[in-house]
Amino acid sequence: MSTSEVKQTKVFQILVDNNPSVLSRISGLFSRRGYNIESITAGVTAEPRITRITIATSGDDDIMEQIEKQVSKLVDVRDIHELKPEESVYRELAMIKVRADSTQRENVIALANIFRGNIIDVSAESLMIEITGNSGKVDAFIRLISGYEILELARTGVAGLGRGTKNVIYVDDMRLGAGISDRTC
Amino acid sequence: MNGADAIVNSLVNEGVEYVFGYPGVAICPFYDSILQTDIRTVLIRQEQCAAHAASGYARITGKVGVAVVTSGPGATNLITGIATAFMDSIPMVCITGQVNSQMMGSDVFQEADISGACESFVKYSYIIRNPADIPRVMKEAFHIAGTGRKGPVLIDVPVDVQNMPVRHYAYPETVNLRTYKPTVAGHAVQIKKVIAQLERAKRPIICVGGGVHLSGAAQEVLKFIDKNDIPVVSTMMGLSAIPTEHPLFYGMVGNNGKPYGNLAMNGADMVIMVGARVADRSITDPDRISESKVLVHIDVDPAEIGKNAGPTIPLVGDIRHVFEEFNKMELHADYTDWIDRLDGYKDDARNAKRRRMYEREDAIRTQRRVFHGVNPPEFIRNLSLAMKEDAVYVADVGQNQMWSCSNYIARKGRFMTSGGMGTMGYALPAALGVKIGAPEKQVVAVCGDGGFQMTMQELATAVQYGIPVKLVVLKNTVLGLVRQFQHYNYKDRYSVIQLGDKPDLFLIAQAYGIRYLKIENNEQAADGIAAFLEKDEATILEVTVDPDELC
Repeated sequence: MSTSEVKQTKVFQILVDNNPSVLSRISGLFSRRGYNIESITAGVTAEPRITRITIATSGDDDIMEQIEKQVSKLVDVRDIHELKPEESVYRELAMIKVRADSTQRENVIALANIFRGNIIDVSAESLMIEITGNSGKVDAFIRLISGYEILELARTGVAGLGRGTKNVIYVDDMRLGAGISDRTC
Repeated sequence: MNGADAIVNSLVNEGVEYVFGYPGVAICPFYDSILQTDIRTVLIRQEQCAAHAASGYARITGKVGVAVVTSGPGATNLITGIATAFMDSIPMVCITGQVNSQMMGSDVFQEADISGACESFVKYSYIIRNPADIPRVMKEAFHIAGTGRKGPVLIDVPVDVQNMPVRHYAYPETVNLRTYKPTVAGHAVQIKKVIAQLERAKRPIICVGGGVHLSGAAQEVLKFIDKNDIPVVSTMMGLSAIPTEHPLFYGMVGNNGKPYGNLAMNGADMVIMVGARVADRSITDPDRISESKVLVHIDVDPAEIGKNAGPTIPLVGDIRHVFEEFNKMELHADYTDWIDRLDGYKDDARNAKRRRMYEREDAIRTQRRVFHGVNPPEFIRNLSLAMKEDAVYVADVGQNQMWSCSNYIARKGRFMTSGGMGTMGYALPAALGVKIGAPEKQVVAVCGDGGFQMTMQELATAVQYGIPVKLVVLKNTVLGLVRQFQHYNYKDRYSVIQLGDKPDLFLIAQAYGIRYLKIENNEQAADGIAAFLEKDEATILEVTVDPDELC
């Protein structure tokens, strides 16, 4: 049946009704069916009763197809579609705490500047850098900075949106009440 | 009006006539409120069986079955029943009491996170925290359970929510679920494609699954087959959709199916799977099925299509609707050669079976091997033929199920069993639900002595409510199917399969005040079956089966 056995990574955008335990329903589906989650982010949209979940996942074509179908089947899910790299923008945020005393501080700041990172905390022995970008950029920066001692690292996982207005989803749901029918999420 | 009244009123609005369940403190407001209505309650003896009974009721009536139990152990006992219903796509609403909502999450007495525990085998679940949500949630739950690919829906209701006042009760007329819109009508283009492909095909076969029963499509499918002379096979879940002796029916497929059914599947150049999952019990190596044949997959659940085998023509929709459309179309094809070939397979297989039967008799005669008890396949065949034409046959799980599904002769009746989950002990409680749902029908449950002992406490329910189910216990004193597996795969190294010959079923029947009959050998079978079926009263028929019998 397989059109491709090749493993690939895809980013899915899932819009869900903000019902209790919706995130566990999604992540539970992935774990019990053995789908891989590389990263998952979730947050409310402009319409607070709808949450956007972005999942980066990997697998072959059959798995990708099943992910779309099985996720669509969940009652809370309004929409799932792939954020294709050529039509979308992905961003990830990382906070990196590096050991740096006064002699190393300048060098670390210089590296952060190249990647347009911000210094968001300084202590006598450490610096905290905030860096935003697609996962590749974040990876590259972490590789570079690992010449210094990384004390702590926090990554958010991928968030993404499609480019332009083509795939914008408008809320047209009576259940959300009148007067917000043109709100986007 | 309080929350419990709102739940009960919602059940009335949904036309619910029976509730299967077991009360406890956390669901007491509900069981208090239900006294004000005409809804009949059935006190089952263990919660798992409440779900099985609701499942049997749902399968025979086509309505949504309802099970209502208490929190904690009541709810966790229900789980096997819910999972069984989920695997077979049986529409059911399960309501569980829950501890006081202020206490939830603090491990108080009889608290269990039932919606969390059931997450992977319910179609949807709710925890109600605001009593004002009750009518909407109830409406949605029945809608979700009974539409699209059917399945169980769980509603967990904390006891304080059941006691809170509900000021405005209005049962919604419609559901407004933006996110849940199952496809009913099959796509017209795909429907035409299937017909066009059938005209090109030389050796087509239709394989019917449980979905045909669930969508009430058996008559439409039969009409299509008769009109166009297309051969048909069935999965275990699809049994009795097509009468066994129908000239175009080539039996059950799969590892316990008919050899000629499997030959028909293998030899076909076009396979139409109808409401079947293409699952591991029926199709070996589903990945390769489409290599040599055109595969059409018709199912109401788009996620089933392509899950186990990639179809050439996917067709999402309700089976009855799809076949109604098929029947409106003209199909010009002639499969006479193919049907002749299939009839040849069938004759060969029947001759081989006759040979095996002869060998068995021969072995008994020459004392090379002595089999005690009845010949199970022959017994099942004769039992099903002696039953009323439209009787319901509920098979349990194990060797008895294999004998049942390959020897039961379907006419106008129904065959049902726990297919996906293979839950031992399903037959008796499910049969209770069936008989309650269709009291005019003869209902026969067939189980082994292992499965019987898993849910035998429900005999009390049968007696208490005067539910005249007929129960056949094929008693071989071992866990037959496991024993058979150990025979083939562990070279007769038997482990933990001896049940012993207790309990004495005569004494059990006496204890419950149930009619009891026994058949010890083939000679007694005909009279025994006739006596067993003659009265419309709860009866246990003990049938002696040799532990060495293989299915």
